[in-house]
Amino acid sequence: MRPAKKETGAPASNAHERDSKTAATAQGTAGEDRVNLSKAEGRAVRERSVRLLRTLLRPVRVRFAITVALVVLSQTAKVAGPLLIAYGIDSALPALTADGGDWLPLAVTGGGYVLAALAASWLTAAYLTATARLSQAMLLDLRIQVFRHTQRLSMEFHENYTSGRIISRQTSDLEALRELLDSGISSLASGLVFMVLTAVSIFTLDWVTGLLVLGSAVPMFLLSRWYQKRSQAAYRSSRVVSARLIVHFIETMTGIRAVKAFRREEDNAARYEELAEDYRRVTVRSINLNGVFQPGLVLIGNVTVAAVLLVGGFRVLGGALEVGALLALLLATKRFFQPLGQMAMFYNSFQSAQAALEKVSGLLEEVPTVRPPRNPVPLPAARGDIRFTAAEFRYGDGPVVVPSLDLHIPAGQTVAVVGATGAGKSTLAKLMARFYDVTAGSLTLDGVDLRELSSTDLRRAVVMVTQEAFLFSGTVAENIALGRPSATRAEVEAAAGNVGADAFIRALPDGYDTDVNKRGGRVSAGQRQLISFARAFLANPAVLILDEATSSLDIPSERLVQEGLHRLLSSNVSVRSGGPTVGRTALVIAHRLSTVASADRVLVVHEGRIVEDGSPAELLARGGRFAELHGAWQDSLI
Amino acid sequence: MANKDETTLLSSLGRLVPHLKTIAWRLLAGLLTALAASLVALAIPQVYRVLVNTALEPGKGTGALWVGTGVVLVLGILEAWFMVLRRQFVIVPATTVETRMRTGFYRHLQQLAVEFHDRWGSGQLLSRAMSDLNFMRRWMAFGAIMLVVTALTVVIGVALMFSMSWELGLIFLAAAVPITIFGFTFRRSYGRASRRSQDQAGDLATVVEESVRGIRVLKAFGRGREALDSFAGQAQELQATEVHKAKSLAQFSLVVTLLPELALAAGLVVGILLVNGGKLDVGTLVAFFATAAVVAGPVESVGPLLSMTLAAKTALDRHFEVMNAENTITDPANPVSLEQVHGALEFRGVHFRFPDTPVGAPALLNGVNLELRAGEIMALVGVTGSGKSTLLNLVPRLFDVSAGAVLLDGTDIRQLRLAELRTHVSVAFEDTTLFSNSVRENVLLGAADHPGLSPDQILERALEVAQAGFAYTLPHGVDTLIGEEGLSLSGGQRQRIALARAIAAKPAVLILDDPLSALDVNTEERVSQRLRQVLEATTTLIVAHRPSTVAMADRVALLQDGRITAVGTHAELLAGNDHYRHVLASLDSEPRDLDTGLDDELPDDLGTGPLPVAAGPGDQPSEHHSSTNSSRGTAE
Repeated sequence: MRPAKKETGAPASNAHERDSKTAATAQGTAGEDRVNLSKAEGRAVRERSVRLLRTLLRPVRVRFAITVALVVLSQTAKVAGPLLIAYGIDSALPALTADGGDWLPLAVTGGGYVLAALAASWLTAAYLTATARLSQAMLLDLRIQVFRHTQRLSMEFHENYTSGRIISRQTSDLEALRELLDSGISSLASGLVFMVLTAVSIFTLDWVTGLLVLGSAVPMFLLSRWYQKRSQAAYRSSRVVSARLIVHFIETMTGIRAVKAFRREEDNAARYEELAEDYRRVTVRSINLNGVFQPGLVLIGNVTVAAVLLVGGFRVLGGALEVGALLALLLATKRFFQPLGQMAMFYNSFQSAQAALEKVSGLLEEVPTVRPPRNPVPLPAARGDIRFTAAEFRYGDGPVVVPSLDLHIPAGQTVAVVGATGAGKSTLAKLMARFYDVTAGSLTLDGVDLRELSSTDLRRAVVMVTQEAFLFSGTVAENIALGRPSATRAEVEAAAGNVGADAFIRALPDGYDTDVNKRGGRVSAGQRQLISFARAFLANPAVLILDEATSSLDIPSERLVQEGLHRLLSSNVSVRSGGPTVGRTALVIAHRLSTVASADRVLVVHEGRIVEDGSPAELLARGGRFAELHGAWQDSLI
Repeated sequence: MANKDETTLLSSLGRLVPHLKTIAWRLLAGLLTALAASLVALAIPQVYRVLVNTALEPGKGTGALWVGTGVVLVLGILEAWFMVLRRQFVIVPATTVETRMRTGFYRHLQQLAVEFHDRWGSGQLLSRAMSDLNFMRRWMAFGAIMLVVTALTVVIGVALMFSMSWELGLIFLAAAVPITIFGFTFRRSYGRASRRSQDQAGDLATVVEESVRGIRVLKAFGRGREALDSFAGQAQELQATEVHKAKSLAQFSLVVTLLPELALAAGLVVGILLVNGGKLDVGTLVAFFATAAVVAGPVESVGPLLSMTLAAKTALDRHFEVMNAENTITDPANPVSLEQVHGALEFRGVHFRFPDTPVGAPALLNGVNLELRAGEIMALVGVTGSGKSTLLNLVPRLFDVSAGAVLLDGTDIRQLRLAELRTHVSVAFEDTTLFSNSVRENVLLGAADHPGLSPDQILERALEVAQAGFAYTLPHGVDTLIGEEGLSLSGGQRQRIALARAIAAKPAVLILDDPLSALDVNTEERVSQRLRQVLEATTTLIVAHRPSTVAMADRVALLQDGRITAVGTHAELLAGNDHYRHVLASLDSEPRDLDTGLDDELPDDLGTGPLPVAAGPGDQPSEHHSSTNSSRGTAE
């Protein structure tokens, strides 16, 4: 991991802020929408992207070397053909015409040509395959790196960085790299080999011409510099604009119901057309740059040829050079410039890939703020004892959300957290699930700081079910099994049965094997919550956190869930623990009385502080906020 | 999705033709300049030939050399200029066509029914909108033109070779026969592989999208590892397909380069024999091979160009697969317009089944009859999965009924233009979608004219009703950017903004799908109270899971087994309907108390007569519930 420190923006920062606040830096994904970077920033992001390319190449360097070798060999084999033709006409033909007719040279020529052809075509096929293998291996590596990294990044990051942006990193940015790898390597290698060989042969023929050809390097260099500078900016803006286009597209398609219901179609289309036009313009700009660069190189080559002709011609007229030699030099000079087109293409795709990798490497540079420990303390069987000690929390540099909190939840206790929307209930839950880390003080599970637990141990012990019950593509059974992938089908069904979801799942067209995206597998919001509840049951954790997990359920379903929950919470945590029988610890955030009433203990949260703490009965008797809420609930039930 | 691509190459590419009409002449000009550039490049050696044969001898004047060099220079500049020109001709029109197709694609997707979007992952759609169309453009601007130029070069070259020696030409041409045959199999296998790879790439994008949108679940269960494994598995499949594709191309390249070379080897031997036999002169033999060398380059590039063409075909197939998807929910041919909307809403014999529900499975809605009087608040109650949300979705026509009709003021909603219908009907969903925009823009999105109120006042009022005053305390107040690209709000906050949005639209009919589920009791109560006040003239259909939500309704409809089995006030249904009690009875530990408390208010005929209202088909909620109108007054 690079020692880069992320500019931690509070979730309360939006995209505008992200850009303005971090305008001074191009670190990580901050300011990734900016096109004009200062010199130092430009160099930094460029180096970052080249470094990424290098780390991708390292594991496949042997394969890379083999691929290059195949390219060089195939070029050599191709050169053999013309030589054999020359040999055939110069030697085999006279040998044949001569008295007696020597057939051998002809046979050698024909056989040699066949061999060269076989070798050249086989080598070409081999390097095409090798290139694809190489490029695909690197792409797979990067894809997985990006995926793993985005999974590792903290919630804090995800709350600011949209799915559309990550998709654009994973799709169109990687596409640019792929182009470079697919066509770049072979054209660069073969072009270079060809040019070097030709240059050497020119020098051995005539050093004056050699110097002329060498002189053409100056304008070529200048042109390349010009192109590099311009195309960098062009490709950078192309990446930014395409990401914008993708983000808008994804947002529209995932929110299509709202788009339709609020008749956003026209406005959206206008916006999309604007973005697509921007994208078209930057595309045209980068193509046009290449459209100057490539013919420019051809022009330089052609002018050099003319210069060689003029200089050589004078020397021929003066008798200093043979006509045949001049002809050979002219052809060689022309040939020298031939691979330039390919090289320009390589340079072009290199520029494009570099701009793309700037963004990808920026994403990879982001450091997860919630990190797994270096030396985790093992906790194979948690009991579920939670303790906040002088715990404090704030989002980034934002205001303190949870001021110094001391709270002990003994193993096996069911704690209900109530309070107004935005009082900080969810923050408590997120801290316990280690979506965020406390900014001061500590939070321990069975006496071990959460930050010292391996994520395997932590996630086995603590599971959180949120209000947004997200289902992944796949079958219902697969979605439940997410709770514990090793579970058998029977266990999956038992978990569903425990939350009362079994009946509706069986009624789906293919039962548990119904694809949630297909063929009548659409499930309602309440059913989604039931499925995600079954997930939690299957995970069978020592500490269960429910953040408004039953909000979309109707009362009978909620009742079933509660019965199941009751069974789960009172069951023994782990046979291995061997200690006294205690149930599971549960933190339940609910707006509903029913859930709260059955809790062992109620915490009333107000502005990040716990203002009331006690059993439901105690709090009722005390007549504070809870008693008030309870009254409101009672009223609402009629 | 896959393997439907049995369209031929030409018919697939042919679908592009209508898009090319306006730019055809520019494409043609691009083709001609590309040809001109090749011809100029071929002409330069001819100058050398003339120079060598006439002027370049020691002692001759320099004039011819100057002229010759000048010609070479001019031709060299011309070549570069033609290259510039080709791009100039082609790039702008090609990108314009690309952009037009892209925006057309987007517009079409927006028009397609929700049912379509339920089936298609947005990653899959995205890959069609971006990479497929990019590819198509590149093929159009480069691949297609170069394919034509290459083919022409080869044809001209082969013709030249024939003119020099028909025997050698024939040998060279013989190689073309197996190449053509192999080309057909290549086309099929490569086409299939390229289709598979593009589909897999789209699916991969969908996996990425889900892994990010479901990040909370993955983190909460510590399933990053499994998600990664499954992603890696799919990425490896794509990798395998790509490598397979490359192998297939390499094989084709092998044949395409090897066979002409073998023919040349044969030609070399035969040619030398012909010269030996005096049937051919050495000069012609040299010229033949010089021409063959010129033709060899284009022949080699046939492989990549053909594969590019095949991939372009796949891209177009994928594009048109979506473009040809029929929009099932469209404006009527002869739309009716409602002058003044009162808001009377009626479901008449409504049946609904998802289009892809297997035959034989019961329909989700099976004869729903329900009438909402103008201005009435009706709560819709039913167990999880009973079809409440679906019923609601029928009103703004996010789905269409399979049978029966939904009527607004007695007019079938399918007779209204969609835009008009959706002006009259506003919704707040349970899973709230806010757009990447300011709070203000989000709330005022579909806002109607409120006579005498400025937009700021409308905003203020809507936020106040939805108890969303927190918006003013956000970092930039109501101008704070929210949605995907902006500040992330809590579930309850999002719900209230979405509710404010629905209210600001001031619709005749308001559809609320459990819009208060994420609110705490106090907020919920305040919202309900305010809603009751402002929804005075708005017909409201609200899905309710809680007695508290039901309380704000004038009447309640019970959805059971795909039908409305009862309509009445909360008290009536609670008293007379077992299923209703089952669905809505409190979870309180002492439900009995509630019942006894209610007993006094129950009608005397409890248990003796039929249910107050059991709205079967044809049975409409009748007059004896006019008491509900007065109940609104007492609730305040």
